[in-house]
Amino acid sequence: MSSLFEYTLRLGDDSLILGHRLSEWCGHGPVLEEDIAMTNIALDLVGQATSLLNYAGEVEGKERDGDSLAFLRFDREYKNLLLVEQPNGDFAITMVRQFLFDAYRKPLFERMQNSKDTMLASIAEKSLKETRYHLKHSSEWVIRMGDGTEESNRRAQEAVNTLWRYTSELFIIDELESKMADQGISPNLMEIEDDWKKTVDAVFKEATLTIPKNNWKQSGGRNGMHSEHLGYILTELQYMQRAYPNMKW
Amino acid sequence: MVSEKEIWQLLEQVSDPEIPVLSVIDLGVVRGVILEKGMCKIIITPTYSGCPAMKTIEEDIILKLKENNINHVKVDLVLSPAWTTDWLSENGRDKLREYGIAPPENEIDKSVLFADPPKVPCPQCGSKNTRMVSLFGSTACKSQYQCNDCLEPFDYFKCLK
Repeated sequence: MSSLFEYTLRLGDDSLILGHRLSEWCGHGPVLEEDIAMTNIALDLVGQATSLLNYAGEVEGKERDGDSLAFLRFDREYKNLLLVEQPNGDFAITMVRQFLFDAYRKPLFERMQNSKDTMLASIAEKSLKETRYHLKHSSEWVIRMGDGTEESNRRAQEAVNTLWRYTSELFIIDELESKMADQGISPNLMEIEDDWKKTVDAVFKEATLTIPKNNWKQSGGRNGMHSEHLGYILTELQYMQRAYPNMKW
Repeated sequence: MVSEKEIWQLLEQVSDPEIPVLSVIDLGVVRGVILEKGMCKIIITPTYSGCPAMKTIEEDIILKLKENNINHVKVDLVLSPAWTTDWLSENGRDKLREYGIAPPENEIDKSVLFADPPKVPCPQCGSKNTRMVSLFGSTACKSQYQCNDCLEPFDYFKCLK
């Protein structure tokens, strides 16, 4: 498996799985405007996933396109972060998850615009404009909830406590990451982590939320070792292609 | 043999499927027309990554050219340079307003949280006394607004830069 292929899969799978998670809110949002906001963001993410997975397929050169990569891979072949596959929970879990991800994606795309890989650079250029809106939206909600009522603060803090263990995985520099960075294809994750920390600290401070003391961390998604939740997502996501192979509409 | 100029003119008759009052030229999604070796290549770019209209736009372009006996057409999608609302034509902005959608105003600084949203005049009564209901609207490219004077809710074509 080529490194560029696998690296592009990581990016594409993050977008696809989080986009799918957000789409589960369709018709269930706490208010109509938020229902529409979450499905809008889902659409951006699925659009980014389409560009990334189509490109991954091209790089691989085995006649797989974005659709076949999305609909016909098994869970172990998915390389997304554990964070993005976590269940929606309540609105606090969804928004804190979105914030932790957006705060990582924005500096990632900013720097990826200078990637030596021109296709990844152009996908980053396109996606960055959308991600700025996403980060603004999720940051404001985290602050509203954290610095809101006693109940909204309790829920937001619980969401942070639940999801914090999945955040260290965002910045693990494994062999593939360092190879891509050496080739000038991927940005330096350490710089992105610095930016991420600054954003998280500033927003949490305003939101009166605290980072949990318990430092236990979970990882594995980048290597295909997922939480139990991914299988359920794929069951729904892939149902039509599995039940009716090669169907199109 | 058909000229590049004629192709551009034909493309002005292809409308955006979601905002039919705009042509694909007004919207700024057609980035180039290349004629070579009997082939006509049209280069388009999406407004947003997930814009569901792109496939329809591609098909509508091919159909429009076919109706005019231009049969060898290829539509290529490019992502860079990324589309911005600056590419909406002046003509397009006027058409949007007449249609009841407020055209993009100056960009808000997205790094400033809880900043005041852009002041958008109501496309129905012209009042500047309006408020943003939601940053996200009926399509990826719009926000929801309401006029405080005539009370009419309206779409705002939000700035993308």
